[in-house]
Amino acid sequence: MNEHRPDPDMLLKAVQTKENRARRGSLKIFFGYAAGVGKTFSMLENAHRALASGRDVVVGYVEPHARPETQALLDGLESLPTKVLDYRGVKLREFDIDAAIVRHPDLILVDELAHTNAEGSRHIKRWQDVEELLEVGIHVWTTLNVQHIESLNDIVGQITGIVVRETVPDQVFEMADDLELIDLSPDELLDRLNEGKIYLAEQAQRAILCFFQKSNLSALREMSLRRAANRIHSDVESARKIRSDARPWATTDRLLVCVGPSPSTARVIRTAKRMATALDAQWLAVSVDTPSAQSQTQTQLRIAQHFRLAERLGAETVNLSGDDVVGSILEYARSRNVTKIFVGKTSEARWKRLLKRTVVDQLLESSGGIDIYVIHGERNDDKSIDVAQSRIERFNWFGYANAFGIAIASSLIAAALRKLIGSNSEANAGMIYLAGVAFVAFRFGSGPAIVACLFAVLAFDFFFVPPYMTFAVADTQYIVTFGVMVAIGLLISTLASRLKDQVTNTRKRERRTSTLYELGRQLSSISGKVFLASAASEKISELINGEVAVYLVDQSGKTEIAQGQDGEIAKNLVSLPAAQWVIDHSQLAGAGTNTLPNACAVFIPLVGANSCVGAIAIRSKDDNSKLLEPEQRQLLEACASQLALALERDQLAIDAAESRIQAEAEQVRSTLLSSVSHDLKTPLAAIAGACSTLLATSTLDESTRRQLLETVSNEATRLNRLLENILQMSRLDAGAIAPNMQWHVLEELVGSALHRTSSELVGHHVTTRIPADLPLLYLDGLLIEQLLINLLENAAKYTPSGTSVHISANMDSGFLRLVVCDNGPGVSEGMEEKIFDKFYRATRSPDDGRGSGLGLAICRAIANVHQGTITASPSHAGSVNHSGTNRGLEFLIRIPIAKKAPNVPSG
Amino acid sequence: MPSSNPLILIIEDEQPIRRFLRASLSDEGYRLNEASTGAEGLRVAQQPPPDLVILDLGLPDMDGQEIIRRLREWSKVPIIVLSARDQEVQKIQALDGGADDFVTKPFAIGELLARIRTALRHSLTESIETTVIEFGEVRVDLGARVVYRKGAEVHLTPLEYKLLLTMLKHDGKVLTHRFLLREVWGPSDTTELHYVRVFVANLRKKLEQDPARPAYFLTEPGVGYRFTSGG
Repeated sequence: MNEHRPDPDMLLKAVQTKENRARRGSLKIFFGYAAGVGKTFSMLENAHRALASGRDVVVGYVEPHARPETQALLDGLESLPTKVLDYRGVKLREFDIDAAIVRHPDLILVDELAHTNAEGSRHIKRWQDVEELLEVGIHVWTTLNVQHIESLNDIVGQITGIVVRETVPDQVFEMADDLELIDLSPDELLDRLNEGKIYLAEQAQRAILCFFQKSNLSALREMSLRRAANRIHSDVESARKIRSDARPWATTDRLLVCVGPSPSTARVIRTAKRMATALDAQWLAVSVDTPSAQSQTQTQLRIAQHFRLAERLGAETVNLSGDDVVGSILEYARSRNVTKIFVGKTSEARWKRLLKRTVVDQLLESSGGIDIYVIHGERNDDKSIDVAQSRIERFNWFGYANAFGIAIASSLIAAALRKLIGSNSEANAGMIYLAGVAFVAFRFGSGPAIVACLFAVLAFDFFFVPPYMTFAVADTQYIVTFGVMVAIGLLISTLASRLKDQVTNTRKRERRTSTLYELGRQLSSISGKVFLASAASEKISELINGEVAVYLVDQSGKTEIAQGQDGEIAKNLVSLPAAQWVIDHSQLAGAGTNTLPNACAVFIPLVGANSCVGAIAIRSKDDNSKLLEPEQRQLLEACASQLALALERDQLAIDAAESRIQAEAEQVRSTLLSSVSHDLKTPLAAIAGACSTLLATSTLDESTRRQLLETVSNEATRLNRLLENILQMSRLDAGAIAPNMQWHVLEELVGSALHRTSSELVGHHVTTRIPADLPLLYLDGLLIEQLLINLLENAAKYTPSGTSVHISANMDSGFLRLVVCDNGPGVSEGMEEKIFDKFYRATRSPDDGRGSGLGLAICRAIANVHQGTITASPSHAGSVNHSGTNRGLEFLIRIPIAKKAPNVPSG
Repeated sequence: MPSSNPLILIIEDEQPIRRFLRASLSDEGYRLNEASTGAEGLRVAQQPPPDLVILDLGLPDMDGQEIIRRLREWSKVPIIVLSARDQEVQKIQALDGGADDFVTKPFAIGELLARIRTALRHSLTESIETTVIEFGEVRVDLGARVVYRKGAEVHLTPLEYKLLLTMLKHDGKVLTHRFLLREVWGPSDTTELHYVRVFVANLRKKLEQDPARPAYFLTEPGVGYRFTSGG
């Protein structure tokens, strides 16, 4: 029983795939082997049926081949308007993906999956558009011909002699949920073609000649049938695996493709893909970074291209590094249980192969149990051009000239030595030559070193081996000397050039590490989004010698440029949508990539730990494609991720600070509530009590009634004042009060304050001294008046009757100095600052201690609103006028008056 | 007081306030009409026309300013508005919009009665009929355009004199800065509110005993001034 239990991993995988599909739209491909077999026709027919069954069907795009039957079928279906792009004066009609996403139908028809979009579209290929549609949950029907499948591309080329440029990755084809094979016999197809039902008349002739030959069509048809059959087979297989009707063979096959810079690698990759599909096996694409290969950009670019191809075809790509190519590959292959290795056949000249064993030879020799498949690579013309170009680039005239010069110099030194020492010392001469060779090798690399070595041997023979001044050799033992010299020279040159490559690489790596380290250090010391973005963009633009812009997602989810607002990138209209796309998909896009290639910069997503926080746009001054070289790209991505993490850290810090402030505010609020509730309840209790007494008792005498009524009136007044204070305090606290600044006459404010407090200050002796020439002051009059009232009330409340209160003012270097002092008892030492705290009450209030405790806090808040200060200190008046115990209290308000007072016309 | 007692219309949505106004105003001998919404108030104001309107600015159905505007379209009836303490802007707007005076809630009934009396007096006498006005130590001879304090002539600039006259004419009534600017300086200078402050300060210096604690030229904080000859 146990043996028939379904494999849990397999089930999980099936469920996950299903879940993914449930969210994604489903893809149905109408699959044929040539144009004209009726794919579009059949798709439209089916669409009518779907429409009739109540589905929301929209025609996204159908190629306008002007076939009457097809056109007729378009009637009755809703069609999206096409997007018209102007390409070099030609109006091109393209599928409008944005319109499709906005319309969001249940099912959309998009013809010709392999189509390449016109320049200016979002994606290079239509299948990418379709991917995006599927991602947003729209079901898609499309059409595809067999020759457009990536892995069949070169076979089709071999059969028909026509290389098809428009391809669709196998994965897209394999991921399709449904496949409908549209078949028609080649004879019928040719008949239809001859009747002109497929292409327009003149096009038809050319098409027949090139493509529509019966043999071609038969081969293509076979391929399409086989492909469809494979597909059905794999469906059945996977169904069987889930149901576990029979335990399938454990597929132990795992394939590995050696990826190199050679153009033939593409073919090897495709072959491996076909084999992998046939065997239902996993496959890996592997390349080895040798120190010498790393320094060649051409090589790197090629390998990157091949990797992308392999990825498209569904391979796992791995980059190994090491000196020994074959060793590294085999080691990795064994660690991953690879059973078959695919390698391209090298087309090196025979003599070269004799000198140095090729990778293929080495693989065959040491592969052990792993099968090696050697794939013939096609001759490719541009290869030789490339190689020639790189040769020219790399030919080091300076190095070779120096090699020659150093050989001569070595001869001269050796000759001089011989003169000096006198004896014939060919051993010394030999050493000097070798030293010269070593120098050339370290300085100029292996090529010049080999040349230097040859010159050295010849010169040695000519000058120092008897008979002198000829190349003849008298003693045959010198042949051995020459041999050893050549051998040592070659050895030195090889070692030296390898060392040099390693040094270059190490330097590069070091530069990278230090860049990242510096960036990391800088970012960790900065806070604030804009500063982080600017620091990072400065560093990166330095690194690539170009322009950088940073786009960030703000709190409302909108993408905005945060850095580089004035640059070329910001001016480009495509940039913002490109950044948005990159952020939405967390994928790299822009110039040189497959998505939005017409953008002026490369856009790298800033993917943090939780989400994509933005995008960074990078534009090189000379060549954007250099940015996408694997090494550079990795570095840029590393920088981007550092920035992303820094931005996230910053956001977290802000959030933390906000929640701390909130907690503090909460604390203040609860203190206020507990304080206030007591203060509010006391007068209310008095009022309620007095009123209920008045209502309930009819026998009160007139004076008691009056007393009770006075209590009600007084307590109501007190309550009103308390509420006003609380309201004002909370408004000031919340910053809700923008001071209403106007030009005021201070005397008037003081007068008004005195007027309003006159009843409380009846027993006090109040004097004012305000200079007549005090200018107009720019203040919020109501607030300053309130401040004065609070101070005066304070004096009335906390000083005994008969105390004098003095108000004076003057201007002092741009500040208004306003002093309110009394000669009362003052406050105990050290409490001068404490009295401004909210709800602090002096213990010695002669009243029953029922001030609001907010008066002075409000004074301070008002001073703050005016950018001024208020302080308290023992007053001088107090110590002079009264016996020792009376310290007096002086309040000093300092408010800056920045503006110059306006003129007032007299008259 | 005229033979038939003045009719006062109270437009106020709070019942407790209406109740105590009713109690104290009828005790003073005024006849009363009441409305609890703005719309009702406007309707009641048509028939019979009141001699004075007490209007709460915070009505549920209509903006108080709108009621003032509509009343002023056809009536010169004095309007006293009731408003909360921190609504200086609304007070000014109401006064500039045509209201005659205001009382800040909470208020003592004595204050309101004084305002009512002033407003009713002004609606009866539009212009100054006497030629000499006296307050405290000051005597203003309107015919000769001369001002005396303690018997000695006080020199006033033409604008100061004009300001003084304007304030005397509205004895007991609140005057906004803007109103005074328009009356004294003319309609063009309506933003330079500090002119008024400076000139009032001058008048106080010349005519008040203690300019810092004025007895006649009172300040209505945040709103304007009120001249009161009663001291």
